[in-house]
Amino acid sequence: MTPKLKAQAGTFESSDIMILIEPVEAGAGRQVDISSTVMLQFEEDITSTIEKVLNDMDIQDVHLIAKDKGALTPTIKARVETAVKRSLGIQEGTM
Amino acid sequence: MAKKKRRSMLYIPGNNPAMIQQSGVYGCDAVLLDLEDAVALNQKDAARILVRNMLETVNFYGTEVCVRVNNIHTPFGLADLEEIVPLQPDNIRVPKTESVEDVKEVMKEVRRIEKEHGIENPTMTLHVMIETAKGVANVYEIAGCEERIDAITIGGQDLTADMGIVKTPDGVGIDYARKRIVMAGKANNLDVIDTVFADVNDEEGLKEETEYIKKIGFAGKALINPRQVDAVHEVFNPTENEVRKAYRVYSEFIKNKKAGIGVFAIDGKMVDAPVVQRAITVLEYANVDLKEIEENAG
Repeated sequence: MTPKLKAQAGTFESSDIMILIEPVEAGAGRQVDISSTVMLQFEEDITSTIEKVLNDMDIQDVHLIAKDKGALTPTIKARVETAVKRSLGIQEGTM
Repeated sequence: MAKKKRRSMLYIPGNNPAMIQQSGVYGCDAVLLDLEDAVALNQKDAARILVRNMLETVNFYGTEVCVRVNNIHTPFGLADLEEIVPLQPDNIRVPKTESVEDVKEVMKEVRRIEKEHGIENPTMTLHVMIETAKGVANVYEIAGCEERIDAITIGGQDLTADMGIVKTPDGVGIDYARKRIVMAGKANNLDVIDTVFADVNDEEGLKEETEYIKKIGFAGKALINPRQVDAVHEVFNPTENEVRKAYRVYSEFIKNKKAGIGVFAIDGKMVDAPVVQRAITVLEYANVDLKEIEENAG
């Protein structure tokens, strides 16, 4: 599936993560840009969690920007899923 | 098995990850993960997905976990059930229940979802919220219409709005509703949980209100801030004297029972079944092991 709309989910509050999704052309692949307050310790975990959700949802072409404030894994998974569903137009929310 | 304590049921906004992940350490008897009033309309989807992920992962350290879903007649209610029911939290709280038909409609969907997910022995129970004049009028029928209802609650803010009155600190406007709901709950052996106390800075007011609702039969109270937990527990917890007296009553009851005596006296006062039942309730609230008393009452 390919995201069609710009979408976001999450907040900049502590223990949360803001996910922004921008559609890209089919075949462009994934670009995941992460910034985090716990980047040094957890960059690998955050990246693998985001990649897993994108794999599970069969999203191959997307530009995803993540601004993390120390979110736990279930929060990262939830915010990525929400943003993707919003960008696919199958769920309404902000943006 | 000891009755589950529901002295304090703390609302946690369903779209707030920090509060959800910490909620097991606030010391309340139950957390109410809220998908309804605490969540903005344009964040309902986000909260639903967040709560589902949290239920799968977070350790609530034995705290009872209840999810307040949106009313099934809103655009969000059914979607909430689809996400939450498969995870079988301890209970779901169903807001603005007005009739037996409302309960049946929810339970039809709950049972369908459980069947679709292969849940053969569901453990999740239902807490119905009475928040309208119509709900108060129908509460006796509602309380007894479904075996999976194990608690009934009053929503004071919505009820006063529905009645067109202002909720006052003395609670006089909802007093009839409180007592009617308690009686309907007691008649069906359900826990009855009181509405929130909105002023988090007024601890004395909270204690006063909790004293009152305890006297008229509520098992506990919904809370909106972790700071309110201790004050409510203080009211519901029995005093040392009450525990000592209850211990003596139960111990004498066991001794007399072994001797084939049903009614007896302590300090000149008759002790019969209702007195024993009250003693058991006190001991359970104080976490006293009844079996130990039974073994020691030689």
